[in-house]
Amino acid sequence: MRAYTPKENVQKKAYYTDRYWVAPQVAKFDVESDAVFSEDLKAIKDAKITVLEAFIQVDQMVVYIKPEDNVATLELLRDECGYTQLSELSAIDWISKRGGFEVFYQMLSMTKRKRLRIKCFIDEKQPIESVQSLFRSADWAEREMYDMFGVIINNHPFMKRILMPDDWEGHPLRKTYPLQGDEFAAWYEVDKIFGKEARDIIGPEIRDTARVDRYDTERFARLGHEVPKGAEFNPDQEKTPLAYQEDDGVFLIEGFEEDKSQIIRDRKR
Amino acid sequence: MQNTNRLRPFFENITFDRDDNELVLNFGPQHPSAHGQLRLMLHLQQEQIVKAHPDIGYLHRGMEKMAENMIYNEFMPTTDRMDYIASSSNNYGFALAVEKLIGLEVPRRAKVIRMMLLELNRLMSHIFWLATTALDVGAMTVFLYAFREREYLMDIIEDYCGARLTHAAIRIGGVPLDIQDNFIYDLKVFLDKLPENMKDYEDLLDTNRIWLMRMENVGIIPTEMALSWGCTGPMLRASGVEWDIRKEEPYELYDEVEFNIPVSDKGDNYARYKIYMAEMRESAKILYQCIDMYAETQKNNQTELMAHAPQYISAPKLDIMTQNYSLMQHFVLVTQGMRPPVGEVYIPTESPKGELGYFINSQGGPYPYRLKLRAPSFWHTGVLTDLLPGHYIPDVVSIIGTTNIVFGEIDR
Repeated sequence: MRAYTPKENVQKKAYYTDRYWVAPQVAKFDVESDAVFSEDLKAIKDAKITVLEAFIQVDQMVVYIKPEDNVATLELLRDECGYTQLSELSAIDWISKRGGFEVFYQMLSMTKRKRLRIKCFIDEKQPIESVQSLFRSADWAEREMYDMFGVIINNHPFMKRILMPDDWEGHPLRKTYPLQGDEFAAWYEVDKIFGKEARDIIGPEIRDTARVDRYDTERFARLGHEVPKGAEFNPDQEKTPLAYQEDDGVFLIEGFEEDKSQIIRDRKR
Repeated sequence: MQNTNRLRPFFENITFDRDDNELVLNFGPQHPSAHGQLRLMLHLQQEQIVKAHPDIGYLHRGMEKMAENMIYNEFMPTTDRMDYIASSSNNYGFALAVEKLIGLEVPRRAKVIRMMLLELNRLMSHIFWLATTALDVGAMTVFLYAFREREYLMDIIEDYCGARLTHAAIRIGGVPLDIQDNFIYDLKVFLDKLPENMKDYEDLLDTNRIWLMRMENVGIIPTEMALSWGCTGPMLRASGVEWDIRKEEPYELYDEVEFNIPVSDKGDNYARYKIYMAEMRESAKILYQCIDMYAETQKNNQTELMAHAPQYISAPKLDIMTQNYSLMQHFVLVTQGMRPPVGEVYIPTESPKGELGYFINSQGGPYPYRLKLRAPSFWHTGVLTDLLPGHYIPDVVSIIGTTNIVFGEIDR
């Protein structure tokens, strides 16, 4: 029987971890240790927004809020606290461990020279409100988040896949999605261009770039057993003699005399 | 559905015939001035654009997915393929993010070399921008001149790391090599000649009637739009916001060098052109200072190129070849990869195109749990949605030109 491999996270994992290994943590600091951030946090708390957790990590404040407060928090930060730019917005897939996504909003205040990150946790099928009415940059970022993770976004004006084709199945950045694509991905182009009946003739798309097929004469040459491109490889074929330049074989460089050659030191730029 | 589309181009839900006077024009993805695989769906009233939908994804390679399946060092050459016009800046952003995650301090000489590479890349990128944009607008001579200079720069970089486009010249924890003997000489020759070369470009463009017509008061991005769309770099500075990460949140030794941030409040194509030109001069200024800083490290005998952190970074080659334990650690780091601490960072750097940010969520494993690439060009393409309506078809080409987008980093 084949060994069972868990399907909830098919990304690469360390093949060996010391049993006594304890992963160190990136230091988290109290928000009080930074005057600017503590004021921002106070503003968030004063606006009756529930703060689940807040700390400073690598010079940036991280604030966990409830997903339904995202628009209110971002509006407050933009209008009251000077965080005028939404640099980035995306999600982290925690479906296998916690059953949902962590959505983060990376904010920048140019007047305070500070960056903070608003984070919230949503369940896999729980929709989140769009923030594109506050920041236009969220328009594309949310489309990408939907495309890559399948996070449902409410009230987005043009919710459509952005990087993958419109008729794609699956969301590539989920941990359940294999790196080299799933069954659908392997047949996508064949089905689309030539039709399903051509599957037998063309075969699935091979996305493993490291794959070497020794009988494939289209893409690989076998030294000493050369056949015309695309011709069937015949193991009984007569061996082509190999000759090396060193053993008076084919000259790659003809008439090269080292002592007569000139080395240019200064290229006179 | 399959049968109707077979062997025919597939236009997703777009009707090209409309009852009213509006025409839908499909610009790209193979248009020569689309700077890559940009497809624009433009709704036209006569020649005027009333609605624009940039469509991206034709170069999507899933780098974020690849990052989740690679050890940290393995991902470095992949970052080259983002902004392939200035690939060291991508290498650097990633290296800096991982260094911040594990809390590494890079030796001074490595910092100087990194800064040189970054500024060389900025020059390369800006010169390339000038060449291609001028070509799009019809100025062939500028293209030829600028490519000549870019070729010199690529030669310098090639001398350093062996590659012209995909450099992979920076490592996590430092740089792999010291600069070669003729590097400073070559660089100085180039820098000394740069003002002369830039005068050539400016003589050809600055008062050129056609260039001014295509650039002045075309593609005006108001400050609010630039901020709201997350525009950064020259795009933001041309719209009147003085913001350069090198200055405001300095990394490496940018707080020790002297340079100015060119700003314009016009927000049009011409302002962006002027800012690119001014930035090239500033980069040259920084490079002159880097040359002095490098000489200083030589004088102080600061020869270290990689940070010393045995748990994360391989020991110098000499140690690996002579000491058993270093060899063992090197073996583990190469086969299994380093394991940064559990935590999260978002590290922005000022790439030639704007704010290039790396968001890394590490769960203590040798593979990042999540890596988000914040590429400036993504947002600079997005802004076309709001920017293009009201403009005319020929403006599209010059606007795409001055946004300086590169599809490697838009689609990632």
